[in-house]
Amino acid sequence: MTASVVDLNHVGHYLHWGFIQLSVANAVVIGLMIVVFAAAIALPFRPGRRGR
Amino acid sequence: MTTAETTAETGPTTGQTIPRSDRSRMWTARLRGAAVRALPPEKLLPDTQPSYVASWVYVFGVLTLAALVVIIASGVVLVFKGPSWWHLSNIGLFMNSIHLWSVELFMFFMVIHLWGKFFMAAWRGKRALTWMTGVVSFLLSIGAAFTGYLSQQNFDSQWIATQAKDGLNSVGVGAFFNVLNFGQMLLWHVLLLPGAVAIVVALHLLLVRRRGVVRPLALANATEGEALSPPAHEAGDRTEGHGTTRSSTVSPPVTTAVGVASDVGPETP
Repeated sequence: MTASVVDLNHVGHYLHWGFIQLSVANAVVIGLMIVVFAAAIALPFRPGRRGR
Repeated sequence: MTTAETTAETGPTTGQTIPRSDRSRMWTARLRGAAVRALPPEKLLPDTQPSYVASWVYVFGVLTLAALVVIIASGVVLVFKGPSWWHLSNIGLFMNSIHLWSVELFMFFMVIHLWGKFFMAAWRGKRALTWMTGVVSFLLSIGAAFTGYLSQQNFDSQWIATQAKDGLNSVGVGAFFNVLNFGQMLLWHVLLLPGAVAIVVALHLLLVRRRGVVRPLALANATEGEALSPPAHEAGDRTEGHGTTRSSTVSPPVTTAVGVASDVGPETP
């Protein structure tokens, strides 16, 4: 079986702001969601078929 | 009188005639009439959409739904094959991963769908129940995902269960279910919560079809001509289930999509 692309056999990395603790993995996912949301607003939809 | 009407008014075996007035009072007829009035076929399965739907922001609802279909399909396979299969066989591990990653995508798309609908105030035009069923399905989905993590049967699930036990006890709901009880959590995960999610999502979809897709705020303002009067555009939505504008003469998709974000402020009362 091939090795995992990301080595998960270690303690996770966390970000701390006061009482807020957030794993780097979750921070990456939240960042991706913000990027995709902004792209969905900014990027034009396919110009072909239009609704009536 | 047509053949169909004759069949309807005459019992097929007894030959007794059922008066039209009695037929109209039967609960099946009333239910059928109410269902067709609420959701006529052209609303239930439309073949066109308003032009403002041509924006990526409107795609995430159906992406969420597609992920849910994969979740349920892969979950059904896991139920049939059992834990030893999904833990030990290669194809079982693959199917388990499909189940996990479809959940990740489901939550990912659902959050973006939520953001989009929040910033366009999608509860306008008698769509409050649509919004509320969406919120409930979101909360139920969190519970379903949580019990799924508890059902992994590994050290991670034990860690999550013990942490969650303290958290749930601290907010006073620990007496209602025991997250350390694997059998109980597995049944919540494979029966109660998926069933609840499926029912609420189905209701959500029917409401979307009944009320139509909400118009962006910028388009609502342009149509009504009153930028700072929320009741005006809501009144416009009330006139018709799918919104008042279904014409291709409205703003192009790019302008519409940008307007969603830029016009949130002035619309907020």
